[in-house]
Order: sequence, then structure tokens, then C-alpha cells
Amino acid sequence: MTGFTPMMSPVVLIDLALLTMLILVAVAMLRSRHLFAVVMLSGIYSLLSAAFFVSLDAVDVAFTEAAVGAGISTVLMLAGMLLTVRREKPKTPGRAPVALAAVLAMGAALFYATIDMPAFGDANAPANSYVGQEYVERTASEIPMPNIVTAVLASYRGFDTMGETMVIFTAGVAVMLLLGIGSVRGGRDVKDAENKEGGE
Amino acid sequence: MMFAAVTAAVFVAMALTLVRAFAGPSLYDRILAGNSFGTKTVLLLGLMGFITGRPDFLDIALLYALINFASTIAILRFFSYRRSREGAA
Repeated sequence: MTGFTPMMSPVVLIDLALLTMLILVAVAMLRSRHLFAVVMLSGIYSLLSAAFFVSLDAVDVAFTEAAVGAGISTVLMLAGMLLTVRREKPKTPGRAPVALAAVLAMGAALFYATIDMPAFGDANAPANSYVGQEYVERTASEIPMPNIVTAVLASYRGFDTMGETMVIFTAGVAVMLLLGIGSVRGGRDVKDAENKEGGE
Repeated sequence: MMFAAVTAAVFVAMALTLVRAFAGPSLYDRILAGNSFGTKTVLLLGLMGFITGRPDFLDIALLYALINFASTIAILRFFSYRRSREGAA
């Protein structure tokens, strides 16, 4: 907090604190058997990782993480918990070594893949050199928008974004038609109809 | 320097909220912990904008506040819905 050397700049300190809390939340999620606590902790995890994405200047990814991770998937997991049980079953001990080996192998493969990635902020990286450089140079003069990502998504690739939005809208309409609008709260589900003569 | 001090204070508050989310005995402790953690995240985003010299981040923080509010309402709605169904059955 005192010196502004590159290693201990405020942003690096914020990143360190955020990542430490991410690890703490993940360990707490693993250790807890109370599923509601796990759902709330996963919401907190999403909020933390969204803050970390903002710190990495990936604002659009952060928005998606906050809306989908902290918002929608929390509600979906609560819905799943409502239909099943509230507590996790005691784990079966036989499967653990295989799963651990698979996770370790996957993690090692991902670490191996990061060796090929360009360094963070490398000016010669493919993301910063070809068309990205054009965007960075021309956005300020061509499109009056302070954020280059927004300019690329909404203007340079405007038709692409419009197509994506139409696909998502169509999917949403199809899901609503399949589920039946209003059956989530106002309508009457199958179980209620079966118990009708007994309950009412 | 002032922003750094405030950020440190927000991080302390976040850690305290995390303790409540880990330990919280009742459901509502955890809902409240999640909601106030979202509020701390909003504060942190605003502070990060000022620390890096880009107050544009305030817009992002506002949107986060909206998402946090809506998701807390959704979670609470869920519990009132379950209670009314359990009461009816």
C-alpha cells in the first residue's frame, strides 16, 4: 500500500485479495454438506470472480458472470434443491482416487497449455496485433464510444451481435413455450392436480 | 492513498461477511451474507475505478447493484413460494 512498485501496485494487491477469497470460498464449498450454504457460497464465488474479471479489464465477461453465475444459476440451483433434498449424501469412498487422478491430470494439461500462451499484456500477442490493433487505433476516431469492447460488439460486429441476440431470444421463447408461461408460480403443477381430491 | 485505505476497509468487511456466510447457522444469515457481499462487490468495483483512474467503472458498479438486488429478490421469492406450497400440502 505504501510503495507503487510494479509488483505491489494497488491493483495487484486487490487481485491477490480477491484470489485469496476465491480459494477460501471454494474450500468452504467443498467442505460444507449443507446444500443451501453451498448455493449461497457459489453466488459469492461468482461475484468475486466477476470483480476479478473487472480488474482484468474483461468487463463483458464480468457482466455475464454476475448475471448468469450470481443471478440465474443461483435460482436454478435453488430450484433443483427444492425438488430434491437439502443435504448432500455422505460421499462414496471408492470413487475418490480415480476422480482425484482425473482432476489432477486435467489440471496438469491446462497448466501445460498455459505455457504456450503469450504473456499478459504482450504487444505481439495475436489478440493485440492483427485486427485488434486496428480496433484500438480506429475506435476513437470512427465510433464515439469510450469502451473499445462495446464498440466492437455493438458497431463493428453489430450484425453478428444482432444474430446472437435473435438466437438467444428464440431459445428463450421456446423454453417458455415448453414449460408453459405462468406455471412456475401461478399455474398448478402435476402434483397438485393428483392430490386435488385429498387436499382440497 | 485515501482510496487504498477505503479499499482495505472494504476488504476487511468482505472477510467478515465471508465468515458469516461460512458459519451462519440459519438460512437467512446466509442470504443476508450473500446480499451484503454483493454490496461490498459493488463498492469495490467503484473503488477500483477510482484507483485505476477510470471512474467509468461506476456504471458497471450500478449494473452490479441492480443484478444483486434482483437475485436477492429472486432467492427470497423462492423461499416464500416454497413455504406457501408446504403450507398448502
